[in-house]
Amino acid sequence: MRSVKKKGILGDLRESFIHRLFQASGMLAILILAGILALLLYTSVPAFKEIGFKEFLTSTRWDPTSPEKPEYGFLSMLASTVMITIGAMIIAFPLGVAVASYLSDVASPRVREIVKPIVELLAAIPSVVVGFIGLNLVGPSLARIFNLSNGLNALNGSLLLAIMALPTIISISEDSLNAVPAAYSEASLALGANVWQTLIKVKIPAAASGIIASLMLGMGRAMGETMTVLMATGNARAFPHGFLQSVRTLTANIAIELGEVPFFSTHYYALFALGLVLFLITFFINLSADVILEKQKRKLQ
Amino acid sequence: MKRQSKIKKHQNPVARLLTAGLSLILLAVFLVSPASAQRKMVQIKGSDTMVNLVQILAEEYMDKNPGTALAVVGGGSGTGLTAIINGTCDLANHSRDWKKSELDLAYEKGVRPRIFAIAVDALSIVVNEKNPIDTLTMAQVGSIFRGEIKNWKVLGGPDGKISLYGRQSNSGTYSFLQEHVLNNKNYSPEVKEMNGNAQIIEAVTQDAAGIGYVGVGYVYDEQGQLRKGIKVLKIKKDENSPEYSPLDKDAVYSAKYAISRPLYQSTNGKPSAAVSQFLQFELSPEGQAIVEREGFFRIGKDLIEQNEKNLR
Repeated sequence: MRSVKKKGILGDLRESFIHRLFQASGMLAILILAGILALLLYTSVPAFKEIGFKEFLTSTRWDPTSPEKPEYGFLSMLASTVMITIGAMIIAFPLGVAVASYLSDVASPRVREIVKPIVELLAAIPSVVVGFIGLNLVGPSLARIFNLSNGLNALNGSLLLAIMALPTIISISEDSLNAVPAAYSEASLALGANVWQTLIKVKIPAAASGIIASLMLGMGRAMGETMTVLMATGNARAFPHGFLQSVRTLTANIAIELGEVPFFSTHYYALFALGLVLFLITFFINLSADVILEKQKRKLQ
Repeated sequence: MKRQSKIKKHQNPVARLLTAGLSLILLAVFLVSPASAQRKMVQIKGSDTMVNLVQILAEEYMDKNPGTALAVVGGGSGTGLTAIINGTCDLANHSRDWKKSELDLAYEKGVRPRIFAIAVDALSIVVNEKNPIDTLTMAQVGSIFRGEIKNWKVLGGPDGKISLYGRQSNSGTYSFLQEHVLNNKNYSPEVKEMNGNAQIIEAVTQDAAGIGYVGVGYVYDEQGQLRKGIKVLKIKKDENSPEYSPLDKDAVYSAKYAISRPLYQSTNGKPSAAVSQFLQFELSPEGQAIVEREGFFRIGKDLIEQNEKNLR
């Protein structure tokens, strides 16, 4: 009440100032994004000029420090990144949606109060710790289960990334399940359907776009992850032929090589070209997730 | 109830400001304290093979000279040399020579490298202790890491795919092996590229089919005992030569062990007083004794003379 009384010329000024400030903050985010894109484009152009699009896009060999012939093909790394991301989603998506359904529809409020913060805490584990677990626990276990000599492979990376993507998938799926109007499930339950039927036939379809968006955001999270895969997948450069093989992702490669690369060399520019590829992939994944979420919001309103 | 929540809301920014202020003060204290203590800071960066050795040398030096603070970090020889070129460290550790491209870049930027050899490393090829193979020729090691020999059976071992462990391309050991053992050919793309010597040892300990390469200092544990779970291979120069182990001091000092190399430190131009004193400590009989205690080897006469020239 007091705030209304206070409103005068000074209040107006203050309001417009705050309005501008928020507008500027919003613009700043866009500006930074555009700036990053511009920088990546600007620094990758020399790479494409010096290497050529054909080699970059079609070669599976990446060996910039080769004494024989340096080669800059990104296919193996792209395949590795896509492979472990898809693997992670195959593990994390069903699990994540199941947990989200449980939390939103089945769990008692008390259980939810305990489980939800724990799920969110998962997101707070530093990636280097997850990588350490992969190196010392998940890897050796995989080696024993599959009778391999070592566990530094794509499956190890997928399992760890699944753990890291779970909080994203669970919290966004749960939000969208909760956003389904109560009338939907009430009507279903009134017609005699049980909780399971209501969940599968009514709530999940109604929240489908939000759940798909959670999948895409989880994918974006998994794709951009660096430290974990760097530690757990062995970083062999060969083109991946299976989940039990060592792989090197785009992010791991940039992390490995950027520290020592001489500035403004072909190798330096080529690493930025890899960054551009990564940026474009995650940008479009996140963008489509946003579009899908927006659609669901409108549909349910 | 409502009033309470209102109060809380008002308190929040104040509390936040307080924490922000406090952390700023803490930060300032952190930034200022080394300067106020008047200690000379020396940044040492580079080779992962050398990081433990130089760390121990630095600790012993600092015990005797409390006026100097030495900070030693790894990252790989390439990283260290890049840091010297970019002026972000005082002393670079490197386990390989400068590359021509790096020297060109250094001169272009006005950096005049001075190189000091502080120790000698016998590059050690390690396998799992369960592996029955004891000896390989240089050519065989090269073929293994080029990916030409893929199975232990070919070498007289058990039937099983060879699991390769190596370093990343910023490693001096990676470049050294590529140049001197792989004859400047490409590494196999199947090599799993680990973050450092210690990770290679760890991986080979767990992997019965594994093979990797490390600096000789890494095959010993903290007590100076040979690590359990690994076997250090003996190396023959060629099929008809006798075999030598990198653990055999005499073989390394008489250059009979085929893959040994100097470990270097580089400065930009004439080393400053603090750096020069530390270098002199490393090269003194006391420093060289530490080098040997850590599993590496003393430098020879020719290298000593060269160092003295560079210190002047």
